[in-house]
Amino acid sequence: MSTVEIRNLHKSFGKLEVLKGIDFTVESGQVVCVIGPSGSGKSTLLRCVNLLEQPTSGTVVVDGIDLTDPDADIDAARRHIGMVFQQFNLFPHLTVRRNVTIAQERVLKRSKGECDHVARENLEKVGLIDKIAAYPPQLSGGQQQRVAIARALAMNPSLMLFDEPTSALDPELVGDVLSVMRKLAEDGMTMLVVTHEMGFAREVADRVVFMDGGVIVEDGPPEQVIADPQHERTREFLSRVLHPGV
Amino acid sequence: MSAVSEQQATTPTEPRKGLSPRKKQRISRSVQYAVLLVIVVVLAALADWGAIRESFLNLDVAGKGLPELFTVALRNTVIYTLSGFALGFVVGLVLALMRLSTVAPYRWISAIYIEIFRGLPILLIFLMIGSLPLAFPGFELPGGVYGSAALGLGVVSAAYMAENFRAGIQAVPKGQMEAARSLGMPHMRAMVSIVIPQAIRIVLPPLTNQLVSLLKDSSLVLMLGVTASQVELAKFGNDQSSTFANPTPILATGLTYLLITIPLGYVARRLEARQGAGR
Ligand SMILES: Nc1ncnc2c1ncn2[C@@H]1O[C@H](COP(=O)(O)OP(=O)(O)OP(=O)(O)O)[C@@H](O)[C@H]1O
Ligand SMILES: [Mg+2]
Repeated sequence: MSTVEIRNLHKSFGKLEVLKGIDFTVESGQVVCVIGPSGSGKSTLLRCVNLLEQPTSGTVVVDGIDLTDPDADIDAARRHIGMVFQQFNLFPHLTVRRNVTIAQERVLKRSKGECDHVARENLEKVGLIDKIAAYPPQLSGGQQQRVAIARALAMNPSLMLFDEPTSALDPELVGDVLSVMRKLAEDGMTMLVVTHEMGFAREVADRVVFMDGGVIVEDGPPEQVIADPQHERTREFLSRVLHPGV
Repeated sequence: MSAVSEQQATTPTEPRKGLSPRKKQRISRSVQYAVLLVIVVVLAALADWGAIRESFLNLDVAGKGLPELFTVALRNTVIYTLSGFALGFVVGLVLALMRLSTVAPYRWISAIYIEIFRGLPILLIFLMIGSLPLAFPGFELPGGVYGSAALGLGVVSAAYMAENFRAGIQAVPKGQMEAARSLGMPHMRAMVSIVIPQAIRIVLPPLTNQLVSLLKDSSLVLMLGVTASQVELAKFGNDQSSTFANPTPILATGLTYLLITIPLGYVARRLEARQGAGR
């Protein structure tokens, strides 16, 4: 499957330094959850992994390919790195079927028949085969997000990036999306997940990374980072998320 | 009603003198109707209806223009308009992409083009195109008058459509491009398959309005010097009215324009309303 190696990653937007030297790795088949307060740089970190943001310095190596190398074929690398966004970002002018087939056809140059077969397979996986002819605006948020997962999976990625995939959903729709992700983790997918769902992190993650102020404060198994945090900032953050309003 | 109560509410302490606001409003409206009625009656009395019918609604003369009014004039107007629109659409889209390019010289070229061609009257463009053979002896545009008309209408409408497309492309949420790129699509592929189709939907109303102005501007093709078979609506009406020394054909031509422009305007407003509701 896949490995991610990030070394001394810095990212600035103009004068604002958002990532201040990030080091971490994701082993093949691991699920790593990234938690941290708003503005700590979680999304930016995730977006540096598939070069949606160009790192200011440092290296990002995925599957042995250094994506920060100016000669690297970023488009080719992205084919194997699926990404799921907080706002779903389905293509609203295309049917669910077309959403899931268009990149297979245009990027992977698969035959029509194969595209369709793969689309059906993945829509079945997320439980939405009956919505194959619908347009995204006709679906609920939870359904849209599951289609977005199917769209990413159709490319046969070796790594999946999730940026707060359930944050834009009504609470009753969160469960469906999380269970799809849980199944994916059980199937051995390498996953890097930015999330506020502590239950999911505790049960599914092999490691939890706590970020604050553009650095990784704590990195370890969930039973350590969530249940027995070593740093004051982690404790503070967790008490706020786990006991809101207290 | 609400205007009246508002008026009262803002001047609660002022003692009422004479008429109440509601009564004043009623009187004012009666006066307006009365003025309108007087104008209509005077005009109707002064007008020489027989002469007007003879000049503008002369069915004899109108009949002589048929079927050429539709089979030649309208047909040519539609050809000039659509070919100019098609050229403007393609060039406009390219200009919009250049305007949004990361390569600075592309942005400059596009900006200069847009400024120039939005700043010149179409009439002048046609004069320039007409004088091309003078400037370059032996030079001839392919397609003759049809090619020249498409070029003139196309280069100008491209400048306007470029601005429409640019606004449309920028109105497509950034996440669309990001999602497409994250699937491995190169920038241009993502533009063509994902962003531009959505942008075109967004700019459908202004594009329809663009088509209406182009239809009207196609009347300037007469500056190119057209033969009888190349004549479009405006010149056709003018020629016919000189031939028969009667202005009815000009009126008929005007009605023919409206036959197209009014439904198109209606379509544009419907599209606009639908988009407004979809947001
Ligand atoms: N494209 C950009 N240009 C300028 N500043 C940016 C850009 N993207 C992010 N930032 C800034 O970088 C900082 C970190 O943003 P980021 O989105 O990575 O945080 P986050 O941890 O994902 O927060 P959240 O939990 O709210 O999503 C913020 O201060 C944000 O304003
Ligand atoms: Mg974020």
